[in-house]
Amino acid sequence: MLIIDNLHTSVGDKPILKGLSLTVPAGEIHAIMGPNGAGKSTLSNVLGGKPGYEVTGGSVSFRGEDLLALDPHERAAKGLFLGFQYPVEIPGVSNVQFLREALNAQRRQRGEDPLSGGEFLKLAKEKAALLQMDMDMLKRQVNVGFSGGEKKRAEMVQMGILDPTFAVLDETDSGLDIDALRIVGAGINTIMRAPDKAVLLITHYQRLLDVVKPDKVSILAGGRIVETGGPELALRLEAEGYDAVMA
Amino acid sequence: MTLATLPTRRDEAWRYADMDGVARLGREALDQWQAIDVAAGTSVTRCLVVGNDAPELHRFRVQLAEGASAAFFITNAGSDYTRVEVEVRLARGAHFEFGGVTIGGAGVTREFVTQVIHAEPEATSNQTIRAVHWAGATGNFLGEIKVARHAQKTDAAQDFKALLLEAGASANAVPQLEIFADDVKCAHGATVGALDEAARFYMMARGVDPATAQRLLVQAFIGDAFVSLYDAGEHERLLEAALAALEGARL
Repeated sequence: MLIIDNLHTSVGDKPILKGLSLTVPAGEIHAIMGPNGAGKSTLSNVLGGKPGYEVTGGSVSFRGEDLLALDPHERAAKGLFLGFQYPVEIPGVSNVQFLREALNAQRRQRGEDPLSGGEFLKLAKEKAALLQMDMDMLKRQVNVGFSGGEKKRAEMVQMGILDPTFAVLDETDSGLDIDALRIVGAGINTIMRAPDKAVLLITHYQRLLDVVKPDKVSILAGGRIVETGGPELALRLEAEGYDAVMA
Repeated sequence: MTLATLPTRRDEAWRYADMDGVARLGREALDQWQAIDVAAGTSVTRCLVVGNDAPELHRFRVQLAEGASAAFFITNAGSDYTRVEVEVRLARGAHFEFGGVTIGGAGVTREFVTQVIHAEPEATSNQTIRAVHWAGATGNFLGEIKVARHAQKTDAAQDFKALLLEAGASANAVPQLEIFADDVKCAHGATVGALDEAARFYMMARGVDPATAQRLLVQAFIGDAFVSLYDAGEHERLLEAALAALEGARL
């Protein structure tokens, strides 16, 4: 589903990703772990198409297409979802309005009919319930006044509504308490665990991987994938630390 | 009274005006004031969409009797110089509400000029102005608040924010406060900035196309000016007129 080949990326003049290669087939949940500054967030931002990240070499193929040639909104319409480490507050725009615009924009790009207000609200209610989020919160402004945990849950509600085929989740577990972590983890499983979907799960901690069990774990360090293994790799990292495992 | 000559940029209230537009307005237009007298305890609301393909000047002189209130909501979105002036005198306990939006490109100047005179105690006023410009256009707000010596417990606020969608557009804010009473609240603020790129990327990452993302962000930005406009139909008319001006703006 996602094939990253020898990807080089700079921010400003500084090279961050230095020949990163990674393949994530359909049906796989692939965890990316790595020390601070390794390039984890850069990887997710490049995949999402954030301005300011210059690809200086390599390629990314998503469902057979050149992902890097697409604008961010086109990537979303193709089924890519980027879960933000720091979800952005948008004063004056309600979640309901934002998400309905987003979903219908995606549907239009795919040649599908837009959802009516009633149809959308029904869908939103169902997905909010999955993340144990009150509909009243969805009527509020996007992420404004939300706690860190609420922002992350709202991200997952968005993911549920938009129903992507591939999700890149950048430290979705940061800022979550134990209960919220379980809710978010269960949400990821329900929404994304399917034979025709895949997830790139960027995290620092094993605790999310206890809930969302990865099929593969890769270590990102120095802008490259330095090791890939099964779930046991994450456990070893947790027990021994990066230096010991990568030595 | 007629002005002997046209105003010039040396006149404080015309400092950022489009003098070519003023000249095209002509002397006659400058002498026309619309008087609005609001009787004690009553209220008026005016909702206007101003601006067209020729210069426009709209001048209002408002007298608010005791406990009276007036609310003005204006979308200033023409394709030629458009200026709206409101002079208000507030008696005891009166309230003046002003919500204005200047929006547009094409090198045009659009401006609001207000003079709010708190002549008696316990009157309140609130002004919220939003400016969205691009393509060398200019948005101005010249807001004067005068509080008379005995107008204690005055509560006056003005808030101006400008969003410039590209370099070359400009915004001028001139708050002027003249306060002779000592037990008053007068707040004013002015900011000029660009579109929130983080918010735009966030929206695009969810599938919203760039034009729609910009429209949503501008809508949210100018919405502040009309929060106190409770007539849903008028609210929509003013907002839609503003957003219609956004069509064709640079992304």
